[in-house]
Parts: sequence; structure tokens; C-alpha cells
Amino acid sequence: MLPARSRRVRAVREAALGYLLVLPALAVFGVFVFYPFAQNFRLALYETPPYPGLPSRYVGLHQVGQVLTSSSFLQSLGATLLFVVIVVPAGLLGGLLLAVAAHRRLRGMTVYRLVFSSTVVSSVAVSALVFGTLMDPVVGLLPWLGLNPSPPILQNTTWALPAIAVMAVWQFLGLAFVVMSAGLSAVPEEVLEAARVDGASERTVFWRVTVPLLSPTIFFGLVVATIYAFGTFGQVDILIGYSNAAFEHVNLLVYDILNTIQVTKTPGQAAVLSIALFVLTLGVTLVQLRFIERRVHYGS
Amino acid sequence: MAGGLAQARVRERRVEAGAGAGEGDRGETQLAEVAFRGATKRFDGRAAVDHLDLDIADGELLVLLGPSGCGKTTALRLVAGLEEPDEGAISIGGQVVNDVEPKDRDVAMVFQSYALYPHLSVERNIEFPLRQRQVPADERRRRAREAAGSLGLTDLLDRKPRQLSGGQRQRVALARAIVRQPKAFLMDEPLSNLDAALRLQTRADIVALQARLGTTTLYVTHDQVEAMTMGHRIAVMDMGVLQQVAAPSDLYDLPANAFVAQFLGSPGMNLLPAVLEPGQPSARVSGGHLPLGEGAAAAAARAAPLVVGVRPEHLFLSPAGTLGATVLLVELLGAEVQVLCRLEDQTKLVVRQDASAPRPAIGEGVRVAASPGTVHVFTGEDGTRLGGPG
Repeated sequence: MLPARSRRVRAVREAALGYLLVLPALAVFGVFVFYPFAQNFRLALYETPPYPGLPSRYVGLHQVGQVLTSSSFLQSLGATLLFVVIVVPAGLLGGLLLAVAAHRRLRGMTVYRLVFSSTVVSSVAVSALVFGTLMDPVVGLLPWLGLNPSPPILQNTTWALPAIAVMAVWQFLGLAFVVMSAGLSAVPEEVLEAARVDGASERTVFWRVTVPLLSPTIFFGLVVATIYAFGTFGQVDILIGYSNAAFEHVNLLVYDILNTIQVTKTPGQAAVLSIALFVLTLGVTLVQLRFIERRVHYGS
Repeated sequence: MAGGLAQARVRERRVEAGAGAGEGDRGETQLAEVAFRGATKRFDGRAAVDHLDLDIADGELLVLLGPSGCGKTTALRLVAGLEEPDEGAISIGGQVVNDVEPKDRDVAMVFQSYALYPHLSVERNIEFPLRQRQVPADERRRRAREAAGSLGLTDLLDRKPRQLSGGQRQRVALARAIVRQPKAFLMDEPLSNLDAALRLQTRADIVALQARLGTTTLYVTHDQVEAMTMGHRIAVMDMGVLQQVAAPSDLYDLPANAFVAQFLGSPGMNLLPAVLEPGQPSARVSGGHLPLGEGAAAAAARAAPLVVGVRPEHLFLSPAGTLGATVLLVELLGAEVQVLCRLEDQTKLVVRQDASAPRPAIGEGVRVAASPGTVHVFTGEDGTRLGGPG
């Protein structure tokens, strides 16, 4: 056995090596994540004039209250929440159904799997252009099918948000499919067979056995989908834009932040908005962890 | 013929068990023979079960025995409906069930992995089959508790499967099977994940349970001791083909072929290539000869090439032995000693004798003798047994 002193020296050395190994990652995160994150909180307390070169002014929490009670923020918040409520369940359910459909040993199933998971690797810009064309009031598929509201879908205060949500769901399906497929393949086949022999119909097997056994995967998907939905802005940026007639109804929070910096050029207000988005996403995730995770069954 | 006798014995046993344990256990009596008729199942063109013809009598405990990959589990899954036969028919209770869904076959299965529902409590696991049949809640509860009680699970009803030991999980799987009085029990190596002591206990429990309930049972195992001690009859399979169906003692004493002779027994029967000695009731083998009984000698005359077989316990070391051999290994098993020998042509031979008999040294040259009338005769062509004792 080593004497106490040399053991202590060894422990210190091991710890030092550990910190040394973490250092590069810590430096990168520090410069590009932690420091801007902290700066953002400082920025929220300053009123920044829209013209470059003018000094910013400390206004404290006044600006926070002002932004959070403004009608544009409330409208953006409402649109974002509605968007999340559409995208998350639809994305998860769609991914689950596709995964179940592809989870059988049939010839050519790999092709389907490839197709289903492909949206993971397709860029938002490309998919937005494709969907934009499909919804185009003149050359689009939807008008050709007789779905041609006036004003056109993407300028329509009622339909623009659901249309963007459909795109986001489509974009998310690939990831949901991959995650759900991985979860499904971890469900032991014998347990499903036991349920069939025990007299369960396929529907009962799915809802009473497969879904509970998938609950950790579904929960993971829920958290990821929620964060994804709160962070969506590409489709809005490409297809809607701030000059669109329906803009205020599709002004998702991230896009609002972008606009506040780029169009109104008030970074202080943008900082408040981004903190609001951060708190909202964190809050919803914590609520999910606290209340929904209780119903999750983690395997033996 | 032997099968018919065994089935009669099954019925006798059931009557005895019924008298002891109460007739009411079974509910209304439903005849539930299980039958395979030319059942064939292929995977990627290879037959896992090849034209299987087999009848399991109502109330019988039939063991499907064979080495891994012999098709016994596939045969069981055909009865459960988890596999569909490519050819032939499966019937339960006289009804062909080829097109009947597993859920409608009214059989209960115990899986090797137990396949408990990990998200449900023990009680909910046991209740599950009843729930699927819309049994009212209070009756469900009563029957689940009864089944749990009979297997000593009453204190564990609120636990989740992950909180149970292997033996307890196994009993939950059994309780889930017996809770609804199915037409047949299908058990797929249910003891293979238990330790030796627990296996012995559970083996006895399953036999007692089956005798009490009188439910037709198909039991799959690769363990011949399990098969010998549990089965009313044993069906031995190899490479998808049924080799023999018989009562345990018949199977051991009168194996249909060399495969069965060697698969049963631990170790199995010694098989030696041989030539019939002209004009004498004896077979010449490497290192000497073995005496044949009258019937065996007559049968041997028809076999070319000829293989003779003799069980280790029917051989003994004696200076007057007819076979010369060299000792390779001497193993003490407690009450017995197993002597592994090598014949002139390198064939191995196992002799089993009493621990009190003098033990040879390794490398020693010994003489081996066979008890009179214990040598079996097989054809060297397909291994069919032609004659011997019995």
C-alpha cells in the first residue's frame, strides 16, 4: 500500500491531467458559447441605438419589461407556441408510424428506410424552396389540386403558419424516424410474441406493449422535437420574410430575434428576446423532465 | 405401439393426479390433442422442421428433445402460431389451426427469456391474458392471485420484473401461462437460465403443476436429463427430422437409431464399427470382439456395414474381457467412475463402473467386457437399429 502522501500526489496528478485534456474543448466552448451567453444577459440591460457608433445606454430591467409586454412579442410568442403544438406531436407520431411501417423484414425495405430518413440530411433551404413551389399560387401542386385560398397560402394569415409547420414536420420526420427505428429495434421480439400468444390483437400489442417499451425513446424524441420546434426559423426566413402580408402571424421567436437585430437594429431588445426564448425552451424541457418522464418506463 | 402404451399411462397418471388434487381445477374438460401432420417449415430454403408427424395426447407432457438447431423450437412456434408452416397442418383439439392467429389459438407459452412485460407489475403481467379476454376485473384479480399463490408469488405482486430474481421471473412466466387454463402449454427451454439447484426444484414444480392441471404440454429442451425426468414421452429431433417418439425408458433401452442412442445418456452409447464373425454370435471390433445376443446376431447378418453399440454402464473392466484398450482418463463422479479408453484404431470407448471397483492407471492396458445381451446392432448406412436387447 502506498503512503498517504504519495497517494495524494497521484490523485492531484490525475486530476491535473483530466483538466488538461478538457482544456481545448473548454476554450472553444468558452469563447463561442459561454462568453456570448453571459454577454447576452449584460446586453439585455442596455438600450442600443439603431445607428452604429452611438453609445449604448444602461436601462436595467426597464427594457426587459418593455419588450416582454410589447404586442409584437406576445404575438410572436403565440405563433411560436401554436407552431410547437402542431409540430411536436405531428412529428413524433409521423416518425413513429413510419418506423413501425419500416420495421418489418420485407424485400426492398432498406430503400424505404433510406427515403424515410433522408429528410435528416436535406437542407432547410432546399426543402423550403420545394415546398414553396408546391404551394405557389400559379404553378404549385396545391392550387392544381384545387387548394388555392385567397390570399395565397404563404400570404394567408390563417394558413401560412400551418403551412410552415407542415414543412417543419417534414424536415423533422427523418430524425424522428431514425430515433424511433432505433428504439423499435431494441424492443425484444419475444415480449411482443408473448403478448400475441396471450391473446392480444396487433393494435393492443402496439399500444399496450410496444409504445410503453418505446417510452424512453418517445420521451427523448419529445424533448428533441420541442427544442427543434422552438428553434425553427429557416422556412420563415426563406418563404415568408418580414415584408409578407401574413408576417406577424408567422413571426416565430427566432425569426423575431433575427429581425430585431437586422431590421430594427436594436441588439439590446434582441438579447431580451433570446433570453425569453431560452427561458421558455428550458422551462418546457424541465416541465417535461419533471412530469412526463415519470411515466417513462426504462427497461430492466 | 410403444406410443400407445405411453398414452394409456398418461391417462392413468392424470386420473391419479386428479383424485389427489381436485377435479375442479381444469374447469370444463376440453379435449386438446396437438398434432403435426407433415408439418414443414423452411428458412432460406433449409428445412428447420421437415415433414413432422407427431401426436400429443390430451393431457400429455411431451418433451421435444434435440441438439440446438434441430428444429424443436420451430416446431413449438408452429403450434403457437408464431411461425406458419410451409407445408402440412397443425391441429389443436382436432381443429386445423394453420390460419388461426396466435391470439385465437388458446395456448400459453413460456419463453426461454420469460418475455415478461417489463413495464407491468407482477400482478398485471399475470392478468394480461385475462385482460385480453375481457374477464371482469374482480375475477381477473382473483384468478391472478390464485395463480400467483400456487407459485409462491403472493408477496411479489406489486414488483416489476426487473426487481425479481431469475427464478422468480420464471415463476411469473409460469403463472401467466396457467392463469387462463389454456388448451395447451408450450414451454421453450424454461429452465435453461436457472442455476442447477433451482432448475431441479422448478423441474419438479412444473411436473407437479402439469399433473395437477392435466393440461396438454409441449416442452422443448436440449437437456436429456430434463427430458428423461419430465416427459411422459420424448420426441427426439435432429436436423429438423423426428428420430423417435417413445416413453423415456423405451427411448433409452430401445433407441431407434444411432443418433438417439448417442444423444441419450451421459455420456451416450458407445458406437463401434464392427464385422460379424462368421458362424459365431459375436462382432469383431478394433481390439477384440463383443458378444451378440441371439436376436442381435441374426440382425447383424443383414447389416453391412455394421455398427455395434453398448452403453457405458454395460461395460466393465475384467482380465477376462474380450476387448483390449488403453486408459486415457479416469473420472470419479462420486458413486461411479468413468473410464475413458482408446481402442487400437483410436476409437474412444467409455466404461462406467462402481467407485468401489479397482481403478486403472492412466496409460494402462486393460481388458473390457460387456454384460451378456447388452450389445445393440445398427446399420452403418443410416444408423437404424436392427436388433439388440429388448
